[in-house]
Amino acid sequence: MNVLKRWLQSDVGYSFRQSPMAMVAAAIAFICLFCSVFAGWVSPTNPFDLATLELSDARLPPAWMEGGSTKFLLGTDDQGRDILSALIYGSRISLIVGLASVFLSVVVGVGLGLLAGFKGGWLDALLMRLCDVMLSFPAILVALLIAGVGRALFPNAHESLAFGVLIISISLTGWVQYARTVRGTTLVERNKEYVQAARVTGVAPLRIMFKHVLPNVMGPVMVLATIQVATAIITEATLSFLGVGAPPTSPSLGTLIRVGNDYLFSGEWWITIFPGLMLVVIALSVNLLGDWLRDALNPRLR
Amino acid sequence: MAFKLNPLVATLATVLALTAASASAVTLRVGNQGDALSMDPHSLNESLQISVVENVYETLVTRDANYKLAPLLATSWKQTAPTVWRFELRKGVKFHDGTPFTADDVIFSYERAKGDGSDMKSYVGQFKEIKKINDHTIDIITNAPFPIVPELITHWAIMSKKWCEDNQATKPVDRRKGIENAASFRANGTGPFRVRERQPSIRTTFSRSGNYWGTIPGNVDEVIFSVIGNDATRVAAMMSGELDVMEPVPVQDVERLKANDKLKVLQGPELRAIFLGMDQKRDELLYSNVKGKNPFKDVRVRKAFYQAIDIDTIKSRVMRGAATPLALMYPPQVNGFPADLAKRLPFDVEASKKLLAEAGYPNGFEVKMNCPNDRYVNDAEICQAVAANLAKVGVKINLEAETKGTYFPKILSRNTSFYMLGWTASTVDAHNVMYPILSTPGDGGRGQFNLGAYSNPKVDELTDKVASETDQKKRNEMIREAMKIHQDDVGHLPLHQQALNWAAKKNIELVQFPDNGMAWKFITVK
Repeated sequence: MNVLKRWLQSDVGYSFRQSPMAMVAAAIAFICLFCSVFAGWVSPTNPFDLATLELSDARLPPAWMEGGSTKFLLGTDDQGRDILSALIYGSRISLIVGLASVFLSVVVGVGLGLLAGFKGGWLDALLMRLCDVMLSFPAILVALLIAGVGRALFPNAHESLAFGVLIISISLTGWVQYARTVRGTTLVERNKEYVQAARVTGVAPLRIMFKHVLPNVMGPVMVLATIQVATAIITEATLSFLGVGAPPTSPSLGTLIRVGNDYLFSGEWWITIFPGLMLVVIALSVNLLGDWLRDALNPRLR
Repeated sequence: MAFKLNPLVATLATVLALTAASASAVTLRVGNQGDALSMDPHSLNESLQISVVENVYETLVTRDANYKLAPLLATSWKQTAPTVWRFELRKGVKFHDGTPFTADDVIFSYERAKGDGSDMKSYVGQFKEIKKINDHTIDIITNAPFPIVPELITHWAIMSKKWCEDNQATKPVDRRKGIENAASFRANGTGPFRVRERQPSIRTTFSRSGNYWGTIPGNVDEVIFSVIGNDATRVAAMMSGELDVMEPVPVQDVERLKANDKLKVLQGPELRAIFLGMDQKRDELLYSNVKGKNPFKDVRVRKAFYQAIDIDTIKSRVMRGAATPLALMYPPQVNGFPADLAKRLPFDVEASKKLLAEAGYPNGFEVKMNCPNDRYVNDAEICQAVAANLAKVGVKINLEAETKGTYFPKILSRNTSFYMLGWTASTVDAHNVMYPILSTPGDGGRGQFNLGAYSNPKVDELTDKVASETDQKKRNEMIREAMKIHQDDVGHLPLHQQALNWAAKKNIELVQFPDNGMAWKFITVK
């Protein structure tokens, strides 16, 4: 509790208390996170357990509509899956994939950015040209390519590996932005006095890089990472929508939207609309948090 | 300035003239959920592929608008000896590039279609040889008497020997091995349409052939065949008038399209049977957690799978009634249907669990299931429902649903443990199921689509006898016997016969073949 109190007293905490939007976004994001982590307790049924699905329950409308059942508050999909449970479990997948791929791209991007900025020379040139190449392709295309190659390399992949491929393909397209940002900041920090002082006292370059420069370049990275979580979630949904992401037997939000899309014309709108709304809510709340964090951490905007 | 203006005016006039000309040309825009995987008529024995490609390539014998046998590149045929069929070939036929059609092209196409990489072996692989008598006469020689030769070759397309040699396309395109050649993207047939532009999986444009030998009953000049995989998008395109014909109509949208006063929905029973197959040959399944043995070799396991499937709910929920559950590997419309065997094993979860326990899997096991997601009506949904059914008896299915472009090369190379397939008996005869699907895989296309290698020597023996038997009654008796054995063995898991569902604008007249074939030459736009 003390930590929270202290944080609320800090500059960032003050700005948080002053921004109702940030508070709402944080609350929503927290609820989503909570539901995802405790999906097993929160969710009415386990939609991934095929043995509990009854095909005769398929395509029931939400509870408040005619023919709906209170057993399935938001209705069921084409396989008799409870939409509400599928949403909770689906957002868990989306959040795991989003967070994991952002974590991975931060590790790769920050590492390479630091290296490029600190070492300079041919290494810098090589890494930055690589970034240019990566940036010239749309992220989704690169992700599709990597997902395709991943699948070809591991044709016998188990479902869990499908998520691994998904995470890697998203993070391999996302690291570029971190590398660029970190490189730029490192170039500035490198020539500052504290770095020179460390050098003079004979600290090893690697130690300077991680102990002294890294903490000072993390600010923009945190902001970028928050915003990227939303992007990663959307990329995952897009890949799943295109059929290369999460398998249909354990659907993520994107898979649910794709499946439901087929039933839009026949009037069974709830199969696609609810997952769509859920995706919007998650992405929006994370994005708003990121926006607020950017403003809060930028002294010029205060 | 006037000097500069003139060419502009001229261009404008030309454009206007061209627009006027193309306005009178009849364009037919066809939408389908998938594409013909190649333009090569011998590369894939799949209904859609055959349906599209046979507008460009022709066969010796065809089926007319009433689905009766009719002459095409052959004008007549007769049996001159018990093992010899003589075909008189049509004279004055030219391929699209202008080379005349002769017996040499037939022999060449025979060699090509029965050779390496061909998917058509089960049709022509059963012949002993084809002899050229003269430029416009050939003899098909069989090992044993073979009364159904004309029926058997209605999907064996004739290619130009010269064109294939000139374009290094003498061997069929083989997706299983990743072999592509000129015949994949270009075509040179004798048919009423020629390929103008091909963008695989997107759009292929065909135009009416200028030097077609016959008369075309319909009035279509140009066909734009578009691939729209997403059901909702395809329906939207149909309703907005962007398409003239579409196939298939998603079962959930049939009522909606029927209610549209500009459109009509054409429905009918399709000859195709949808079934599941299991690898019964390998000593260990490729994709399962059971090691050292193959559970599918045990008839009790196969029977347990069969009884775990709730086919009636699949019919009512997944297919919305647009399917007829099958107990046999072909529907009643096919010649040689033993009506007394048309009863499925009952859906019974307890019986299924008991069988699995008896077989030594009281807690079930895990196996991967391969499934297409753009080939048959609601194919991936059916597989998911089956996976849920099997989960109830403890079998964990790892479902891999994918587009047919990757699906078919995979399962046709037998790289699967548990798969879904649909089969149309294109000769409308039981033998066309027995030979490619139920027989032990062997030479000459035998068992070519028996991808799990179900094998029973008695069925093989009966298949050969059925091929040469001419007495209808005796023949049907043999077919019945083979089907009974296959049923007792649970060689495959038959699911259902799907319904044909096409939609077209009201001003379009067309012929819907029971094998889901769409011949554009019969289409009239009024």
